[in-house]
Amino acid sequence: MNKYVERLYNGVIKENPTFVLMLGMCPTLAVTSSAINGLGMGLSTMVVLICSNLLISLFRKIIPNGVRIPAYIVIVASLVTVVQLLMQAYMQDLSKALGVYIPLIVVNCIILGRAESYASKNGPIESVFDGIGMGLGFTVGLTLIGLIREILGAGTFFNLPFLSAIEGFTPITIFIMAPGAFLVLGFLVAGMNIIRKKMEERGTPLAEPAGCLSGDCAHCGQSAMCTGKSQVETKSADTAAK
Amino acid sequence: MSENYQVSSAPHVRAKDSTSRVMLYVIIALLPASLFGIYNFGIRALFLILITIASCVASEWIFDKIVHKKNTIGDLSAVVTGLLLALNFPVSLPWWEAVIGAVFAIVIVKMMFGGLGQNFMNPALGGRCFLLIAFAADMTNFNVTKNGVDVYTGATPLALIRNEGLSSVNVMDMLTGKIAGTIGETSVIAILIGAIILILCGVINLRIPASYIITFAIFVFLFGAERFDITYVVAELCGGGLMLGAFFMATDYVTSPITPRGQILFGICCGILTGLFRCFGANAEGVSFAIILSNLLVPLIEKITVPNAFGVVKVKEAKKNE
Repeated sequence: MNKYVERLYNGVIKENPTFVLMLGMCPTLAVTSSAINGLGMGLSTMVVLICSNLLISLFRKIIPNGVRIPAYIVIVASLVTVVQLLMQAYMQDLSKALGVYIPLIVVNCIILGRAESYASKNGPIESVFDGIGMGLGFTVGLTLIGLIREILGAGTFFNLPFLSAIEGFTPITIFIMAPGAFLVLGFLVAGMNIIRKKMEERGTPLAEPAGCLSGDCAHCGQSAMCTGKSQVETKSADTAAK
Repeated sequence: MSENYQVSSAPHVRAKDSTSRVMLYVIIALLPASLFGIYNFGIRALFLILITIASCVASEWIFDKIVHKKNTIGDLSAVVTGLLLALNFPVSLPWWEAVIGAVFAIVIVKMMFGGLGQNFMNPALGGRCFLLIAFAADMTNFNVTKNGVDVYTGATPLALIRNEGLSSVNVMDMLTGKIAGTIGETSVIAILIGAIILILCGVINLRIPASYIITFAIFVFLFGAERFDITYVVAELCGGGLMLGAFFMATDYVTSPITPRGQILFGICCGILTGLFRCFGANAEGVSFAIILSNLLVPLIEKITVPNAFGVVKVKEAKKNE
């Protein structure tokens, strides 16, 4: 498989940030009350992610290791400011709906995670494709959650009448509220696990990446048990086995 | 009788108790409240009860089939869940909303966490709270029409007390059940008959219901809208779902503590939370949310009330003696 296509596949299916890595849960749960909001959030994150991956990859040899996180934050924050101002100028409704979650893209785990684990170690073109892949995965995840919540909770499909056109339809308002976000996310993750299991049975390589998932210990679920050493060992053992 | 005279070395107590037998007792104990609900609200109540039970049992059966597990509908717990859930519905609830609630209660609250014994909150109450948030308008619509005539209109006694004061309700009606409300909660007498059956059969003991009701009564007496008024306390006790909740839902084996001290603590938790919700919350009723929140506290309550094993020195004392 072409390595660029592989990056896209990796971002959407293999390491989907929403359903597999479970990164960026804050915006995932908070803004997906409708499909448009999910799509808007996903796309704006994707734009920032592509640009930040490109810039960080270009500067990866200049940025000193000791101050790399502040450097990433500065780059990401500038990009987010650009996106935020553009949205306020041209998409005011969406900007209002997403509210504080646009500035919060600065500290989005996916962006810092990709910067740390991929862009800082790979060339600019691969990094851009990694950004596209991850961004697409995030956008697909958010739009899907938003779509399901909107259809069940408001009866509309991208703000067009859908179920609500049926006579006597009562929207299940809980899906627009916070519990609905957790329920829908849980079911989608379960569905994704079924798909991944089926794919693994058919022999498609989908094993969890050996070593760090995101390269970002602060947001890694296993960081409590992780000594760093065992991760390196499992990685080398895996390579030896291959 | 001969089977009782077995010769064996250690003392053995034999009992025929099984899950399905306990569940059968609960169903029998719920019959007075259900029958009164059907008498009070008409044939639609029966229809709603049957369809809720049927969808509970069916969803448990289908879930077992899909995940290739042993069929568990024989333990009758799904029937109890369905019956309890239906008793929590207003009689005018659309049937398909009842079905959604039943499927949520069984599949999501119970089966997905591993089936009976593993559920972290009472399935019937989980289903009720889901519906209460999802279809708030339908779940709190207590207008009842029987034979084309409005039998009860508008508010439950709790809402009446809240909005129009204590004088607008009649405590005697609350005892007999001639009030607006959900199908099973209106008649305190019918619920108490069921509770006595449960206690006499040894299915429940009084620790949880008593500590729940007493705590709630003290709370309302001290902090209620009309302080230090006994009539107000009685009206709050009998006017809503408190009796049904205290005797039939808070006492659910799976979601209540196993230790005796823990059970009392659990009852106190339920009582304080119900009091808080009713006196200071946005709604007139708060029993179901109080019980499911207390359900979530059960693991912690059990942890702090572990009894000492006989002959074992307490950890603290052992340290002191060193």
